[in-house]
Amino acid sequence: MQTLKATIIKDLKILIRDSMGLVMIFFMPVLLVIVITSVQNSTYELINNNRITLLADNRDKGPEGAQLMKAIEKIGMFNIIHADSSVPENEISIRMHARDALVALVIPADFSTSIQTRATGIADRALQDPDSPVLKKVIFIVQPDSLIMYYHPVMQQSFRQSIQGALHSAVQVIQGEAIVRNLYHAINSRSISPDLEKDILFGQIPITEIPVSRTGSRVVPNASQHNVPAWTIFAMFFVVITLGSTVVKEKTSGSFLRLKTLPSSYLNALFSKQIVYVLVTFLQAAVIFVIGNLLFPHIGLPALHLPNDIPGLILVTLVTGWCAASYAICVGVFCNTTEQSNGFGAISILILAALGGLLVPAFAMPANFQRIMRISPLHWSLEAYYGLFLEGGKLKDVLANILSLAGITICIQLLTLYGLKKKNLI
Amino acid sequence: MSIPAIAIRSLSFSYPKQEGIQFKDLNLEVDDGERFGLFGPNGAGKTTLMNLMTGLLRYRKGSIRLLSHEISDHPKSVNKLFGFVPQDFSFYPELSPRENLSFFGAWYGLGQYSIRKRTAELLAVLGLDEVSNRMVHTFSGGMKRRVNLAIGVMHQPRVLFLDEPTVGVDVQSRHAIIHYLKELNQQGTTLIYTSHQLEEAEGLCEKIALMDEGKIVVHDRLAILLEEHRQEGLEGLFLGLTGKHFRD
Repeated sequence: MQTLKATIIKDLKILIRDSMGLVMIFFMPVLLVIVITSVQNSTYELINNNRITLLADNRDKGPEGAQLMKAIEKIGMFNIIHADSSVPENEISIRMHARDALVALVIPADFSTSIQTRATGIADRALQDPDSPVLKKVIFIVQPDSLIMYYHPVMQQSFRQSIQGALHSAVQVIQGEAIVRNLYHAINSRSISPDLEKDILFGQIPITEIPVSRTGSRVVPNASQHNVPAWTIFAMFFVVITLGSTVVKEKTSGSFLRLKTLPSSYLNALFSKQIVYVLVTFLQAAVIFVIGNLLFPHIGLPALHLPNDIPGLILVTLVTGWCAASYAICVGVFCNTTEQSNGFGAISILILAALGGLLVPAFAMPANFQRIMRISPLHWSLEAYYGLFLEGGKLKDVLANILSLAGITICIQLLTLYGLKKKNLI
Repeated sequence: MSIPAIAIRSLSFSYPKQEGIQFKDLNLEVDDGERFGLFGPNGAGKTTLMNLMTGLLRYRKGSIRLLSHEISDHPKSVNKLFGFVPQDFSFYPELSPRENLSFFGAWYGLGQYSIRKRTAELLAVLGLDEVSNRMVHTFSGGMKRRVNLAIGVMHQPRVLFLDEPTVGVDVQSRHAIIHYLKELNQQGTTLIYTSHQLEEAEGLCEKIALMDEGKIVVHDRLAILLEEHRQEGLEGLFLGLTGKHFRD
């Protein structure tokens, strides 16, 4: 016990005196979490609050093109730049490469005619007797020329789909208006009143979004709730850089040679490192969560709401830290140089993070990866944190995740033991 | 008749996955309380033999007894009986000498009181008192050598293995180290010493063994060997028995 105590004190002193190491352990993860949360939050804001610049070239001189522009404006998603006159395609390209606009929309010259012709055709068809032979030969519904949407290649598919969805709904409103007006006129031989038209077209049943929560809370999860736990796990596992190289350095140094000739087992040294680094990762997580909770609102980010079950949060954090420290020691035992441990450690954590659902949500992964992700300890840790932070769960709700994480940790420890024996280190 | 500090009998050893046998039927005995020097050209097998005697390497054939304990049978209990001062600096440079001694003292199984007492003694006798709280990485080569030695003798071992304990140090530090080693020996510690500093070794060792290509070429009291081979010093004896050609 005295050996272990002395080793813990030694490891803590060495850690505290390594200022670069401390920066790597505490400052960099905080910076990482702030940057990632800010970026993700701005993506959310871009779609929901900020406006995407859209260059609009309305070549239609009729009313429907103008109506469509009004409908697009109403969506509130775009900052519209109206082209003065018809813009040639190469100019659109130049302006978009200059990032004047990320999206450009060209409304064709015959847009109004097409919409009107199509609406009249649909109204006529709707009023015909379905058994009438005239219907089969007379009615011809015009398909309007397509609108053209140019987009900057930096724009990812998810953004494009959101924009396309918004434009589609605007076009549908215009088409719907024309059809309703034509139908009404055909039935009643007079124009539809604006109120009725509004009721028909915009009287949609609203959809209310409610996040599912075990506590019944209806607080909508924000970018902080999603990102802070995920990137905290990533930061905790990144101790592989400092701890892995510490193990390699100690292993290849003269001090290890001496330790091997002493009456105590080298396992004491590894056990001490686990205790010290579980403490370090716990502090990392605590610092990040406190910053998320208290500092984020002051720097324009949504506040991180801590889970109700704090003992559950502490246990998940401790088991995650234990797994991260065990993994780092395992890497240190198997690698022969610090270059190997740093390179392998960093890349393997990135791979495990990707597999674990930190980079892309688990539900969006291909079926094969949904199975493979179970080997990533980061996956179980993330599931446990999400259970607490997003679902409002308690310890019992995330216990299965904690046990899986502990199981993986024990496997890593056994692998480390095998490595120590194989390399004649114990 | 006293128990020998080291008794090696019919030791055979070869490195795994390496061609050739390092030792075959090697025999060597070092008396308790002796100042013994192990010399030989590079690649002769001195370090390998030192590593086998300290349990850093495992052997399968033959026997190595340290104060009558078979090294391979009692790996950890035997470790309390000897100290090791490797050629490489074997301490934590981020810690002070006091902190290093405190840490290694705990690993030797000493209690808090013994650690404090022994640390104070060693810092004083090796001239590290005034820098006892400074981090070792700021030290000169000689000071680091003294810290290296202090850690090896922290637990007052019966047998002390020294691998080039004075390499790269100034005259003052060398003098202090050799003086302290002689003092330790007078208190009953057996010294098993290896070095390329033959002049220094002449002043320290009573008995020597000269190794070459994994074999003990000669093993006796230094004075007797010099007389037998009609040499005036250890260097002459060394070159006479091992030749002048390069070994590495």
